[in-house]
Amino acid sequence: MSNRKTRPGASASASAMAAVAETMPAFEDHSKQEKHYTTCYMCACRCGIEVTVENNQVRFIKGNPNHPVNQGVLCAKGNAGIMKQNSPAKLRKPLMRKAGTERGAGEFEEVEWDDALAMLTERLRHIRETDPKKLAFFTGRDQMQALTGLWAQQFGTINWAAHGGFCSVNMAAAGLYSIGQSFWEFGDPDWERTKYFMLWGVAEDHASNPIKLGIEKIKKRGAKFVAVNPVRTGYQAVADEWVPIKPGTDAMLALSMCHVLLSRDLIDWGFLGRYTNAPFLVINHPGHSDDGLIARDEEGNPLVWDQGKNAPTNGMAPGAEASMFGEYSLPDGRQTKTVMTLIAEQYLDERYAPEKAAEVCGLDADTIERLALEMAHVAFKETIEIECEWTDWAGRKHDKFIGRPVSMHAMRGISAHSNGFQTCRALHLLQVLLGTIDVPGGHRAKAPFPRHTPPPIKPAKEMAPNTPLKSPPLGFPTSPEDLVVDDQGKPMRIDKAYSWEAPIANHGLMHMVITNAVNGDPYPIDTLILFMANMAWNSTMNTSQVRDMLREKDESGEYKLPFLVVVDAFHSETVNFADLVLPDTTYLERYDTISMLDRPISEPDSACDAIRSPVLKPDRDVRAWQEVMVDLAGRLGFPAFVDDDGKPKFSGYTDFIARWEKAPGIGFLAGWRGKEGEKSMRGEPNEKQWDKYIENQGFFQHHLPEHMRFYRHVNRDYLAWAKEVGFNPSDAPIIMELYSEVLQKFRLAGQGLYDGPLPPDDIDKERLVQYFDPLPHYYLPLEEQRVDPQEYPFHAINQRPMHMYHSWDSQNNWLRQITAQNFLFMNRAKGESLGIADESWVWVESHNGRVRVQVKLMEGCQPDTVWTWNAIGKQSGAWGLDKDAPEARKGFLMNHLISELLPKMDGNDDHERRLTNSDPITGQAAWYDLKVKITPASSDEAGTSWPQFDTMKPLPGAQPSPDQVRYSTHEPVRLKRSLMDIIKRKSL
Amino acid sequence: MKLGLVIDMDTCVGCHACVVSCKQWNTSGTLGALTDYEPYGKEPNGVAFNRVRSYEVDEYPNNKTVNMPMSCMHCETAECVTVCPTGASYKREEDGIVLVDQDKCMGCNLCSWACPYGARELDQASGTMKKCTLCVDRIYDTELPEAERQPACVLTCPSKARHFGDFDDPDSNVSVLVRERNGLQSMPELGYNPVNHYLPPRPKPNAPTHNGGQLEPLTDRFKKWLNKVVVR
Repeated sequence: MSNRKTRPGASASASAMAAVAETMPAFEDHSKQEKHYTTCYMCACRCGIEVTVENNQVRFIKGNPNHPVNQGVLCAKGNAGIMKQNSPAKLRKPLMRKAGTERGAGEFEEVEWDDALAMLTERLRHIRETDPKKLAFFTGRDQMQALTGLWAQQFGTINWAAHGGFCSVNMAAAGLYSIGQSFWEFGDPDWERTKYFMLWGVAEDHASNPIKLGIEKIKKRGAKFVAVNPVRTGYQAVADEWVPIKPGTDAMLALSMCHVLLSRDLIDWGFLGRYTNAPFLVINHPGHSDDGLIARDEEGNPLVWDQGKNAPTNGMAPGAEASMFGEYSLPDGRQTKTVMTLIAEQYLDERYAPEKAAEVCGLDADTIERLALEMAHVAFKETIEIECEWTDWAGRKHDKFIGRPVSMHAMRGISAHSNGFQTCRALHLLQVLLGTIDVPGGHRAKAPFPRHTPPPIKPAKEMAPNTPLKSPPLGFPTSPEDLVVDDQGKPMRIDKAYSWEAPIANHGLMHMVITNAVNGDPYPIDTLILFMANMAWNSTMNTSQVRDMLREKDESGEYKLPFLVVVDAFHSETVNFADLVLPDTTYLERYDTISMLDRPISEPDSACDAIRSPVLKPDRDVRAWQEVMVDLAGRLGFPAFVDDDGKPKFSGYTDFIARWEKAPGIGFLAGWRGKEGEKSMRGEPNEKQWDKYIENQGFFQHHLPEHMRFYRHVNRDYLAWAKEVGFNPSDAPIIMELYSEVLQKFRLAGQGLYDGPLPPDDIDKERLVQYFDPLPHYYLPLEEQRVDPQEYPFHAINQRPMHMYHSWDSQNNWLRQITAQNFLFMNRAKGESLGIADESWVWVESHNGRVRVQVKLMEGCQPDTVWTWNAIGKQSGAWGLDKDAPEARKGFLMNHLISELLPKMDGNDDHERRLTNSDPITGQAAWYDLKVKITPASSDEAGTSWPQFDTMKPLPGAQPSPDQVRYSTHEPVRLKRSLMDIIKRKSL
Repeated sequence: MKLGLVIDMDTCVGCHACVVSCKQWNTSGTLGALTDYEPYGKEPNGVAFNRVRSYEVDEYPNNKTVNMPMSCMHCETAECVTVCPTGASYKREEDGIVLVDQDKCMGCNLCSWACPYGARELDQASGTMKKCTLCVDRIYDTELPEAERQPACVLTCPSKARHFGDFDDPDSNVSVLVRERNGLQSMPELGYNPVNHYLPPRPKPNAPTHNGGQLEPLTDRFKKWLNKVVVR
């Protein structure tokens, strides 16, 4: 490429453009237009947008070029915001299920907000006074978990979580227990410098604009882009190499690459030795409670073997000459091995050889070996150095940052399997062996990450009436003592998170809440509040049966789930099941914070947060849920929300955000703190803080000085700053845990050896022993272990199209013009070999049920895999769509096939405890473990998908959806062709 | 001037951002409104100036996925203009943009039959033909910041696969890209001489391997490693 700076209008063209411009009419009356800057919410990327408003309508939504996340670009979803705002499915007023009608029948009456909130307050007050856990509050893909979590904590219920348990907790948890950061919000490839990028299991829009921007940068630079994915769509389309792996086998691929690197000694030994626990001594004491634990000195410091002293020494003491390998005896006679020895023994084993991995992954051995060696070349022969003086944790000065420019990104194709936690750990191991974490060109953390492995926050367990929880409902267990179980070892949370069945369920198990609550297992609840989660449709497993559960009654005729509150902006399938509907605003109508206390939007070089501020006034009787939460908190007298007289302390959401402090000087927003707005990151509340954000286009960006941009896990100045601004409670170095002592403690509990709580049930013991390997390992996903591979030969997975985000926007007029029906995609040759023609109809059956769907054959699909878009299928009448919309009549949900419970083991009797269909470590929903069989449908069955559901009734006050839309914010200014031009140029 | 687009097939991921950005700008633009038919009904459709077509090339496992956004190519030999019986369709002399004068168009559809690129769409509500204007109402709007005087599709493209400029100017970004990346016209054999160009995928990067040390028996490997020390 030329280095010449070129741009439209440059050089010769500039004057020509200017000359033509003079002849043009004024197309836009800018004096009648206003520009607002806010944050997009058409997906979870949180791009900055400039919204031009004219006549109280949106003229245009454009990416904000100054915004760190999207740098001016905007995806298809973001561009369709106008049609979200204009959706006929918008809720208009609070609704109550009509007295005497059945839940799910869709008979509602409108109620005033005051009445709705008074009624809800009374119900919640009673729960809070008597048994706070009877309230379960679960939220979907919201971006206000810091607020909803605080609210639950203040209410005093442990039954709170957001959607992470069914999204990507495996990714988040594996990262935080291994390297102190992870993918997406936690860290990014160093797009500016990386020379090799491997993308693992990324459904099309995850993440959206940041990845697209990054891919363009690396392709321009000639870096290699490898995509590991069973399906070649989306980003895979432009990958230089596509690796069509069998679903659920990625850990084997990653660990086989580790095998290759170890067998050829292509390892960043310095990185491993200094920044990870690779040299730590692990006690080898089979049958005893200390087996597999890290050997420690009296102060609890981990020991390494100091080669110079030929003695064990404190591994955290700077200057220790740590042996990477070997077996050593401690003074007390106990035998130890270094972590690195265990790693080498485990992964050099033949079961991880490329030839073996190739069979598991459906790839060839040469490819596996070559990919590993290509990465090694970039890491070790294309090393980059950035001259910059920095100081490490021990005070040693360095004059450069050494970078190994190999980077990766991974998402749900990795995490949404029941072996996803260990698979993510395997990817991190691979990254670490190559020395690529938080180095130039590698995978870089984004504030507030890195954090300690894991952060020292424990999940709340104790509850008492009218009392806030002592800690947040969600945290990071590090030993069996931290489980949220009762004296008998039984789950205390409604979703059974942090029980023996899912000990490190850091994001909860939202997919289990309805099933468990209706079964009264572990106990019945009174009220379930769902916010932005379509749990009666595409956000639940086993949709048909879960819908039945919502209608299930006990002997006395009461609903087993007595009261369901649904908070949403649109008429979703779940709204139809609500007893009380609280209508939310759209993203263009509300204040919001994108906070570093929550799901941050930082960049590797800067700590960032952002706001939303209203661009339009709602034309309906709706309220932003964050306003309602602050209101309810005041009514219920939550200590953090009322003054000494018990009166509400905050006038509303914005007042709460501006004044509430998590710790002195730390609040939801990090920018313009201090009385005059002069402080960044930490400072007294500033009453003008919102104004400053609005003045500054809705975001705040704190640039890190150069010497704090890399090696932050051991970068003294960064660690000190991170402590000062409240990211981490300590400035101790962050040691990457290749070997997880936490997992080993749980495994010891499974073995009955742990000095502490032990699991009462055999099945849990088995699972702890089998899956809690302190080193990453591959195992067959759980559903696959229990269904017959001959009977169910296909892996069935789903993703969403880049122009839609789950069901949020598949009702959008402009987006459904692109896709209004999902198909079952399968490999062409495979389909043809089964007599399945393109666009024919088939039955897809799993152990849990069957669906009838239309097939499309394609080349870019691994032959043992079928897949669909999880965004399209709708219940007839939902989302403002016609009752016969293709989404309802031809589209389908794969969810019907996926059970929230694992199938029973063959030959086991009916007394076996049913287990969640989730990762046994984290409780992550195992969406992609699904195995199916496919048979052609008969000709009279073709044409309509199955199952079909009753058409939802329109809501009170709903206007019929228009037959035609001609959206425009002003009369068009037309260009005319002159008669003279026609006469001169047209050959009449 | 000869204004037009360059579209980079090396980075186009087929995300449809350009499609929707075009729609939202132009529905309130000079050819607006762009009608949506059955927006919430059985066959949702509507007027769009730009659509992404995706193809698979070759067979598994050597298959590739190619995304090709298509809009008006602003052909130099614009047959759509030649066939227009009313003079509504015209190619502007000053910048080569092909436009349709909405007051003169009678919706006869001849131009859309003449266009091999499927770039023209009849708005059934207005009864007139509509098509890409290259955002003539943005690129000449001097009240917009200079960097924003570009078609909406170019501004929004998340993988920077779209470029706008003057093909008459050899130093313009589009001329340089076409020269350096061997940009191609779509179906040049038809002879319409489209102004828009597509950049073919870049050659695959060379990715050498580092084969490391000798593959040796594990016991030897471990023996060597036994002395490996790292200062903490």
